[in-house]
Amino acid sequence: MKVTRRQFVKGGVAAFTVTFAAPEFLSDVARAQGSRTRNLVVLYLSGGNDALSMVIPYNDPFYTSRRPAIAVPAGQVLQIGTDSSRVALGLHPRLTGLKQIFDQGRLALIQRTGYDNQSRSHFLGTDIWSTADPDNPQALGWVGRYLDSLPSPVDPLIGWNTTASLPHVLQARTAVPAIASAAGYSFSSPNVGDEAAAERATALRIASHVPVDRPELAFVYGSSQAAMATLDRVASVATYRPSPAYPNTGFAQALQAVAGAISKSIGTRVFYVTTGGFDTHSAQNVNTAGGAYYNLMATLNDGLIAFYTDLKNQGLLEDTLVLSFSEFGRRISENGSQGTDHGAASVMMAMGGRVNGGLYGTAPDLNPDPKNPTLENNAGDVRYETDFRSVYAQVLEGWLATDSTKLLGGNFRKSGLEFI
Amino acid sequence: MARISDRRIEHLLRRAGFGARPDELELYSEMSVAQAVDALLNYDRIVDDVDTFIAKPGFVNTTIRGQFLPQSNIIDARQRWLFRMVHSDRPLQEKMTLFWHNHFATGYTKIAGALGAAEATRYLAAKSSEDRGKVRGQVEMLREKALGNFRDILIDIAKDAAMLVWLDGRTNTKAKPQENFAREIMELFTMGVGTFTEADVYAGARVFSGWNLARPGVPADGSLHYEFVYNAGQHDTATKTFSFPIYADGNKTIPARTAADGMQDGIDLIDALAASPATARYLAAKLYRFFVSELGAVNVTFVERIASVYLQSRYDMKTVMREVLLSPEFWDQNAYFARYSWPVEFVVRALKDIGWTGFSVNDALTPLSNMGQILYEPPDVAGWDAGQAWFSTGAMLARMNFASTLAGNQKFNLATAVKVGNAARTPEALLSYFVAALVTAPLDGGVRSEWSTYLRATGAWTGSDAQLQAKASGLVHLIAGSPEYQLV
Repeated sequence: MKVTRRQFVKGGVAAFTVTFAAPEFLSDVARAQGSRTRNLVVLYLSGGNDALSMVIPYNDPFYTSRRPAIAVPAGQVLQIGTDSSRVALGLHPRLTGLKQIFDQGRLALIQRTGYDNQSRSHFLGTDIWSTADPDNPQALGWVGRYLDSLPSPVDPLIGWNTTASLPHVLQARTAVPAIASAAGYSFSSPNVGDEAAAERATALRIASHVPVDRPELAFVYGSSQAAMATLDRVASVATYRPSPAYPNTGFAQALQAVAGAISKSIGTRVFYVTTGGFDTHSAQNVNTAGGAYYNLMATLNDGLIAFYTDLKNQGLLEDTLVLSFSEFGRRISENGSQGTDHGAASVMMAMGGRVNGGLYGTAPDLNPDPKNPTLENNAGDVRYETDFRSVYAQVLEGWLATDSTKLLGGNFRKSGLEFI
Repeated sequence: MARISDRRIEHLLRRAGFGARPDELELYSEMSVAQAVDALLNYDRIVDDVDTFIAKPGFVNTTIRGQFLPQSNIIDARQRWLFRMVHSDRPLQEKMTLFWHNHFATGYTKIAGALGAAEATRYLAAKSSEDRGKVRGQVEMLREKALGNFRDILIDIAKDAAMLVWLDGRTNTKAKPQENFAREIMELFTMGVGTFTEADVYAGARVFSGWNLARPGVPADGSLHYEFVYNAGQHDTATKTFSFPIYADGNKTIPARTAADGMQDGIDLIDALAASPATARYLAAKLYRFFVSELGAVNVTFVERIASVYLQSRYDMKTVMREVLLSPEFWDQNAYFARYSWPVEFVVRALKDIGWTGFSVNDALTPLSNMGQILYEPPDVAGWDAGQAWFSTGAMLARMNFASTLAGNQKFNLATAVKVGNAARTPEALLSYFVAALVTAPLDGGVRSEWSTYLRATGAWTGSDAQLQAKASGLVHLIAGSPEYQLV
């Protein structure tokens, strides 16, 4: 249960004393002169992504023997070469767009990411990946802590969460707006004309209150205030007309909004998007058109390639880094339901115009020998090789230019991980 | 809308129900707190006929597309549940059903993906009286046992068709044990995370091997349906050892049994989980958050006391809830307005406070989704992320905008009520009227005067019908959309 997450953040009222200075819009002229911004898009694959079906060690004999029903035949994977341990790897056959991005050197795949005693719980696992703090998984989110570290006043649109409720990764003293749809993000009124304007003006004035000594109420005021203060800029994103068109999935539409916000330079720096359904306990149908995992890959691929192409066409690819995570990988052996149960280490992806693409880390050896050092839990699950916090550290330092040791509470820097 | 206001009764009905209709307030205000709690708990004395009022005049509307089919159309199922929340005379039954729905959080979409839309609705929401195969959907079971015995609820959940699809128990066999249900019954339904090991998950999966689905009935008369079957041939009969006691003597091992007797394994494990002190505390903490307070840490004294009542009563939820609703923590002044309303709580309370005549609950479904809550569709098996997580900016806007939609819809009724209540003379009279009608957490300083300024903002007060409709709806929008109104 996430009960303690519901406790109030320390610092209560002060947390929501936000000044709404108009943001400095980065003009096209400034951009043309080489002035760049750096946007981070955090992508959560919800449910526990079966990394072995996404980045496939297709020549490992145990891959096929332990997954007789769901293994993708070697001849069908999209080959992406071998890693430093000389394991040949291939992308899931449906990831044709990601293959293009990989071939352009703009997709990094970081294999076997995880942590010690990895939780197999969706909820505790997600909390740990969100906080980067296995010892205190109720802490504020790691990206939230980054936002809190920025010099105040922080623009209320510094972050944009494309889901309906605040994800743990963005929990912060800084309020991050949830804007599932830019078009629906508006203030309505039962009246029109002057009456409606008077209501809106009243709501705006009231929202600027900061209740004293009532943190529970101040929190709601903070949301109300952030909503009112961001309406107009978000409305400008609703008019964004991308080229090419994005697929009609929630995931792709969220990415379209992100591209719109980047394109319109509304000041947002951190975005959160998610795509779910990765909890494939049964009928995983990895390699069947229309099958569960196949569809997950289709959604992921088609959304990301549209986003990548859109930003590339606008010359904004170099301003953008997408980083994916999932709460755990899945067990190596398939279960009796042609699915896979909760496992341990997984794969993280980094995509963007400044990414040094390629394969990082090494693939697991899937031999079910209990002494196999790349596995754990009696060779049932993949053991981590790269602490996920090392990946976060690289993003914080290599992209956001901030000291990772402060935000992560320790030195997780790792050499050989310079994907950005 | 003029109302007799007893703040204790209002508090009780916000928590043990979804706020109060004028008639509920009148009824409960004649009772002492003890009598009111008694009436809420003993709802089986009140006839359960709320569904018969659907589509009748005087009640909130439903939107009917061809036929109203809550047993096979998920939109209609959602409408029916919202209708019940507004009009049931058994508010605590509906509130507990929501609590259990969140606790055993089972989502429509996965089941629809496996069985189809109509079948998924059936296994979640059908009443056995309206189903040709006598299917009782999961949430109907939870409603029936809302204040029943927790151990019995666990048994029914383990055999529930929707659950057997949702957490894949239907595919759990001895050759390939399925861990999903075994993990979540320990982590989310009973003892809580950190109280068991991975080895327990494996053992639990084997315990429930053979707890699958059968499909009796015939297609011709619509009686064909899925139901629980213990599939002896698919049960792993070997011993299963856990890290925690299974039996009262402390024994941690479920013995080897014949396949025919193997269903007892699951009963033994459920008995052990129901009897676990960890379960008692886990449930008590959840009840504290849902019924008492979301401010600060969970009250440890409360948890210990409620946990012991749970164990002493042999898991009787009516006894437990009596203790919760009469607890000093529940009646502490600091517990008033110490919860963040869930979206359905907000919507239903707003309907009860503002009015429903001419409004269809169908028009609350998209706003509820924007606020982050779709009935029969919790985001995952852990249920909704409640508390502050409900209050993202987008969700807050959705609440403000629902207040606007409802206030606009009720414009005429609101203006009429103001006139009947003799509150049309001055802006101040109108303001007092609505501040009394829509009870909020204590207002932040200056809010009331901002509202007063709004009422005077667009011209001299005439009290004309047009002005009353505009100002009453505008003010109700501002009040119901205020941060103070979101706390319950």
